Amino acid sequence: MTTTILFLLFALVTLAGAIGTVTERKLFHAALWMLLSFFGVAALYVLLEAPFFAAVQLFIYMGAIGILIIFALMLTRGSMREGGPYLNDQWWLVALLAVVLLVVVGWLLWQQYGSVMAVHAVDEGSLVQLGRVLSEQDGYALPFEVASVLLVMALIGAVTIVRER
Amino acid sequence: MMGVPLAWYLILAAALFCVGLYGVLSRRNAIATVMGVELMLNAVNVNLLAFWRYTEPGGMTGQAFATFVYAVAAAEVAVGLALIVAIYRNRDTVDLDQINLLKW
Amino acid sequence: MDFISDAIVNIGLWLERLLVSAGLAPQAAALVMTIVGTVVVAFFPLLIVVFLIWMYRKASARIGGRLGPNSSGTWAGPGGIVQPIADVIKMFTKEDIRPLGIDPVPYNLAPIIVVASAVMVWAVVPFGKGPRMIGADLGIGLFYIMAFSSASLVAFLMAGWSSNNKYSTVSAFRATAQLLGYEIPQLVAVLCVVVVAGSLRMSAIVDAQQDVILLIALPLPALIFLLASYAEIGSRPFELLECESELVAGYQTEYSGMRWGMFYVGEFMGAVAVSALFATVFLGGWRGPFVDSFPVLGTLWLVLKILFMLLVWTFFQMTLPRLRIDQMLAFNWKFLVPLSLVLLCVLAPLNHWLVRALPGSDYVWARTGILLAANVLVFLGTWAVVAIAERRRTVRPRQVEVSA
Repeated sequence: MTTTILFLLFALVTLAGAIGTVTERKLFHAALWMLLSFFGVAALYVLLEAPFFAAVQLFIYMGAIGILIIFALMLTRGSMREGGPYLNDQWWLVALLAVVLLVVVGWLLWQQYGSVMAVHAVDEGSLVQLGRVLSEQDGYALPFEVASVLLVMALIGAVTIVRER
Repeated sequence: MMGVPLAWYLILAAALFCVGLYGVLSRRNAIATVMGVELMLNAVNVNLLAFWRYTEPGGMTGQAFATFVYAVAAAEVAVGLALIVAIYRNRDTVDLDQINLLKW
Repeated sequence: MDFISDAIVNIGLWLERLLVSAGLAPQAAALVMTIVGTVVVAFFPLLIVVFLIWMYRKASARIGGRLGPNSSGTWAGPGGIVQPIADVIKMFTKEDIRPLGIDPVPYNLAPIIVVASAVMVWAVVPFGKGPRMIGADLGIGLFYIMAFSSASLVAFLMAGWSSNNKYSTVSAFRATAQLLGYEIPQLVAVLCVVVVAGSLRMSAIVDAQQDVILLIALPLPALIFLLASYAEIGSRPFELLECESELVAGYQTEYSGMRWGMFYVGEFMGAVAVSALFATVFLGGWRGPFVDSFPVLGTLWLVLKILFMLLVWTFFQMTLPRLRIDQMLAFNWKFLVPLSLVLLCVLAPLNHWLVRALPGSDYVWARTGILLAANVLVFLGTWAVVAIAERRRTVRPRQVEVSA
């Protein structure tokens, strides 16, 4: 009962944030709506008994990506003429497409997973297990290292692209 | 304590994805597009973790996958925004309708 | 005697029994007790902040050769102890100036987020022995604190942007650069602690300090954590966020009245939160003499340790000058980040080997000694590297061409 109420509350917050992001004219407010959506997703992760990912969501999305986006907004300020059109010409087609996609996928998901309930309680050692799986050789150690190389590449690439000549 | 059916999480993720898709394809500002992409990546993560929780909470595949999605999302946002700022320096605009031709 | 020896837990249990006997269902009574506990934990930092204002004024006055709050003139209690109350009343009654052109939602939300993230930390601080003395014994305790302090960064951007003031915006950028940068050494230093203590859970970290506090085993990560945390809350030497006597007030410029009051209180609360964190993670939290037989003493030890760390904070605030932004960023990216990463790379395998080779609590002092030796070695190595780099930077006299 409480789970259902909490889920509905967090889902409402997340979706309200998402819809606010894509319909808000002023970009800074859109970024704030996006941060609200991220917070809602973090709350959902807590409900899904993955508290580590809730903290990671706050850390990475709210604390880093959100700030990156706000910085980029401020650095490209001059082009933001507040009065001009903020949607392009095909927005009605996209809205239709998104709604159709949602209806079709939602119906399919309901058919397939409408009655799947939670399996059993998650035991507390999942964090240790995650660490083990990410560092074991026959686990995900190689993708982990590749991900770190990817991050270094992104770091170097971003700095190189934005450097003042 | 009765939980919530899996489909609710998946439909929420699908809704987030569709809202993000609308944001990507319909906004003029490049940064608003990046915001839509972030929403889509969030939807993917919710999907992964919901499946992890509901079908196999003992295994770690879902969580490991979600970790990599986080890393890739961060890398992609960094490079994407760097590109947008560089384009702004060159063209003085980030309106996607005005930077869709390579020269000019 | 038994009641008093574990007084706080026993008071809680007595209240809950009272509620149940008054007719409430057991779950409702537990819920009411949870709410009462939450209110107590949320007001605890406020009380410490009121005391801290006095302590800060007094200590900084004595450091500066002055008297500080005292009763010569208007009565202010013995030693000026009533002065913080006057401060709080003043803050409540300040005029609330609303500048034109501000963006109302972020403008109003920013101080709330700053204070909220400082209060959130207290949910996982263990106040004493046992599961009832901690707000929520999260499995990710320490990481939760880091995540919230990182998520509150956006408040500074909101404050700066919504103020409709160029200088506030520039200050918000500076603040974000500083806070984002210093998160890394803070997190890596905390990782060193997690590696040695074996868990992210706050109660487990306090339990791991059963025989010897982690400050002795890990002095260098403690120092890095302290510096990085002071940078995170914007206290000297990293005070360029708001530069109390130099810049106008940074991102807080356009704030007045209670909103500014919340930034002011938020700063003190951040100091209290950092002190509580340091006390729990490095100084042993509620551990101290006689705490096993009288668990209620645990809270007393914790408060004493927090006050000691606050004294350290006051000393930092009052005796160190401010760094410039380039000095501050260079210190972070060129010194603290590599140092903390090297520390982690040295301490993690060392600890792994130590736990296998010298297990159990018999060898705790041996393990501590070896970790301390590793810290000292890394410190000496860093000193050597910095000294060599200094010597390489020979200053050649410049030939100045004077054109006739």
